Amino acid sequence: MTDTTRAPEAAGEAAEHPAPPDTVRPPSQERASLGKDAWLELRARPTVWAAVVTLFLMTAMALAPGILTSLLTEGGDHCDLADSKLGPSAGHPFGFDLQGCDYLAQVIRGTRPSLIAGLAVTAASLLIAVVLGLLCGFYGGWLDALVSRVTDVFFGLPFVLGATVILVAFPDHGLGAMILVLTVLGWTTMTRIMRSQVIALADADYVRAARMLGARPARLMVRHILPNAITPVIVVAMLNVGAVISGEATLDFLGVGLQYPEVSWGLQLNAAQAFVLDHPHLLFFPALFLSATVLSFILLGDAARDAFDPRLK
Amino acid sequence: MWRFVARRLLHALPVLLGTTFLIYTLVFVLPGDPIQGLAGDKPVPPAVLAELRARYHLDDPLWIQYTHYLTGLLTGDLGTTFTGRRVSDLLADRWVVTLQLGLTAWVLEVILGMALGVWAGLRKGKWDDSVVLFGTTLVISVPVFVVGYMAQLVFGVQLGWLPVAGTEEGWPFAFLLPGLVLASFGLAYVARLTRSSLIENLRADYVRTAHSKGLSRRRVVVRHTLRNSLIPVVTFLGLELGGLMAGAIVTEYIFNLPGVGQQLFQSIQLREGPVVVGTTTALVLIFLLANLLVDLLYGLLDPRIRHD
Amino acid sequence: MSPAAHPLLEVEDLCVEFRTRRGTIQAVNGLSYTLHEGETLALLGESGSGKSVAAQAVMGLLDTPPAHITRGAARLRGDDLLAMSPERHREVRGTRLSMIFQDALTALNPVLSVGDQLAEMYRVHQGMGRKAALARAVALMDRVRIPAASRRIHDYPHQFSGGMRQRVMIAMALALDPEVVIADEPTTALDVTVQAQIMRLLKQLQSETRMGLLLITHDLGVVAEAADRITVMYAGRTVESASADDLYARPGHPYTRGLLDSVPRLDRLGKPLVPITGAPPLPSSIPAGCAFHPRCPRAEPRCGSEAPPFRTLSPAGHRSACHFAEEVHHAPVG
Repeated sequence: MTDTTRAPEAAGEAAEHPAPPDTVRPPSQERASLGKDAWLELRARPTVWAAVVTLFLMTAMALAPGILTSLLTEGGDHCDLADSKLGPSAGHPFGFDLQGCDYLAQVIRGTRPSLIAGLAVTAASLLIAVVLGLLCGFYGGWLDALVSRVTDVFFGLPFVLGATVILVAFPDHGLGAMILVLTVLGWTTMTRIMRSQVIALADADYVRAARMLGARPARLMVRHILPNAITPVIVVAMLNVGAVISGEATLDFLGVGLQYPEVSWGLQLNAAQAFVLDHPHLLFFPALFLSATVLSFILLGDAARDAFDPRLK
Repeated sequence: MWRFVARRLLHALPVLLGTTFLIYTLVFVLPGDPIQGLAGDKPVPPAVLAELRARYHLDDPLWIQYTHYLTGLLTGDLGTTFTGRRVSDLLADRWVVTLQLGLTAWVLEVILGMALGVWAGLRKGKWDDSVVLFGTTLVISVPVFVVGYMAQLVFGVQLGWLPVAGTEEGWPFAFLLPGLVLASFGLAYVARLTRSSLIENLRADYVRTAHSKGLSRRRVVVRHTLRNSLIPVVTFLGLELGGLMAGAIVTEYIFNLPGVGQQLFQSIQLREGPVVVGTTTALVLIFLLANLLVDLLYGLLDPRIRHD
Repeated sequence: MSPAAHPLLEVEDLCVEFRTRRGTIQAVNGLSYTLHEGETLALLGESGSGKSVAAQAVMGLLDTPPAHITRGAARLRGDDLLAMSPERHREVRGTRLSMIFQDALTALNPVLSVGDQLAEMYRVHQGMGRKAALARAVALMDRVRIPAASRRIHDYPHQFSGGMRQRVMIAMALALDPEVVIADEPTTALDVTVQAQIMRLLKQLQSETRMGLLLITHDLGVVAEAADRITVMYAGRTVESASADDLYARPGHPYTRGLLDSVPRLDRLGKPLVPITGAPPLPSSIPAGCAFHPRCPRAEPRCGSEAPPFRTLSPAGHRSACHFAEEVHHAPVG
């Protein structure tokens, strides 16, 4: 696949072999013990805590960039061309960017579009995945066949290529457009997983029992199948956030995503290209923040998958 | 066996059609004037606009337009640039470079990735396993262009081990560093996949049976678990080949390799719509064909699929 | 079937524990049994009684850690398997001692042909070439009555029916004429009629080779037909040991009695079934004293503190670990 992000599909393939749902115990009991066990296991891991702290910091930066900027550096939004490209110094830990603005402030501001993109795209894809997965897995038939073909087609379109083609012709390159495009290209992975989970569960004994007792399809789907089917999908969703952030940055870097004067890590990396040999700090700091954020999501997703996998017990 | 092949081919056809249709639709049927959109910010005189409209049959109904597009594809016509050059000519010399890069990256993924994965899988829980796990997670998280620049900086400039850019040194030296960078994500993924697949198979019942037959640990791992463990990995690697070629954009850019990806990148920057569409279509077709081949290979490896 | 002069396999006071993050679990807690040449010994116990773990310990198939064999010996014609080096233990496996597993579908390698898996025994242990080994494999399949063996030698496990797959497993275990074969629930995954066929086959093969067969099962019906002697296991330890006839006619332990009473019998028509109350203990919380005492109708206070020693009930080798063994033994049946 492309040399840019593939993690959602890759993670999807990894999660496509989740443990078969435990059909012996009724759902609520299973959730209590499996969830509790998972929480205990997650709590114990230092990598999880590191990831949580990092993400907490990133969220703080996205929500209130001004406060953190004033806390950590002098200068804030003041830009002076004379300071252009200067390296780190006492009052300015990240140095200055091309325009002579304080780099730390800029990098902090770059947090917001990345996090918003990552979370919005994943939330939208998750919603689509749950609805389509439930309907297709449960009803099967022509709906399932149709949606399966459509997902096959979308899978045939490597991510960067597809995004590029769309964005080249798209008039608007704002964050909203980016979210739309990324969702359109990313809904397939989680939908496939959800669908296969639903198919496996729809045949479960407790679902059949509920059906015999007269439960209507909507109730069956929402109360009985959904809570059990959703766990591997949630794990993939967590991994997906990291992948979307990475993908969005890549598109910005290639010049097909957000445009100046928007601020994002991808754009900062794009600007830093030409000066990487003489002024490595221009590349280093946004790269660090970007990698740390993606890494945190992936670590959390990995840890969640291990914690929820009953086979590893 | 042949029924299996026929079925897979039949399955692939609608996907091929669907994907090309999707690309076509996305570019030509989006709201707004597609010709203006393709031209981007460049001012285009009305006469040229009218001529382009005629050439792209934009006044015809959608299905006719798509049919023209498709028949064009079948004859190898990937479209024409605004200056009248055929896209397929533009790309002619570049395929070789991309192929060399893609193959190098693929071979690195296969050898290094599987070796790392097997080693980590056999040493599960020990510190070298943790190192591999953490290292691969790190590589997966750091975006490729960052890895590319860092590699170029460290190995090319500071250490001087490998050429920094360009194809002067020829194959393989000019392609080792970019190949490694291009392979990085896939390598990390292959290592992890091999590892987890091996661990899972080592726990399987038939491994216990193999031990009960008095076979040495080495034979159990090599003869009984490796082949089973490699099935998902081979599937991934097969998909990789097409995909690596389909998108070495960033790598070719960083290392200044005159391949298809570099052309695509430049066309994106210059907003040359037809080139972008034509190149993308070609790459996607390669990707899909590679997928098909992998599907068939999978059937060869796993007898259970064959007899489906 | 008189017992031969020397026992073939003698397991003495076997203890296996699992050390996990949540604590130590006693899976096997003092198991002893003796298997003689040409004899079928049934190891009878419910799920969770530790019988499979014990068998795997003898075979040397347990992962250490987390499993640890803390006590006991397993002597194959005098050689203690548990005291051997792993290398020597491996040499014994497949050649002198082999095992048949419960679910042949998961126990056979799905991507290798049945012929290759059978031939492997000859190629690895006897250095045979591929063609010769495959020829022997065909002969093996004939021996376990798999029809059209020469054609089916290249088929894969999933292409066989359940009963045929189990025959393949048996063939694999018998390839090198071992002295002892351990069959871990060989018929549990099969239909009743196929069960009977498989057990008959095992008996036939045993009479041909004089091998000792350790039959691990929870199925009283299978045991009644096939076993010469029976060792009953509860919560990881032996509670009773006797010849099959003696055990069924006059059980000497309340647990055995309970088992027999809870199963319908043709010679006791019209009588209500009496299940054993309660459930077997979890391996992590085995009761003190006699492990069965919380569920025992005959229990007295001393059963909760004093672990009962083995009491001999007859010179023919009927033993029971119960304080009131004689009383139980002589109580009327039915």
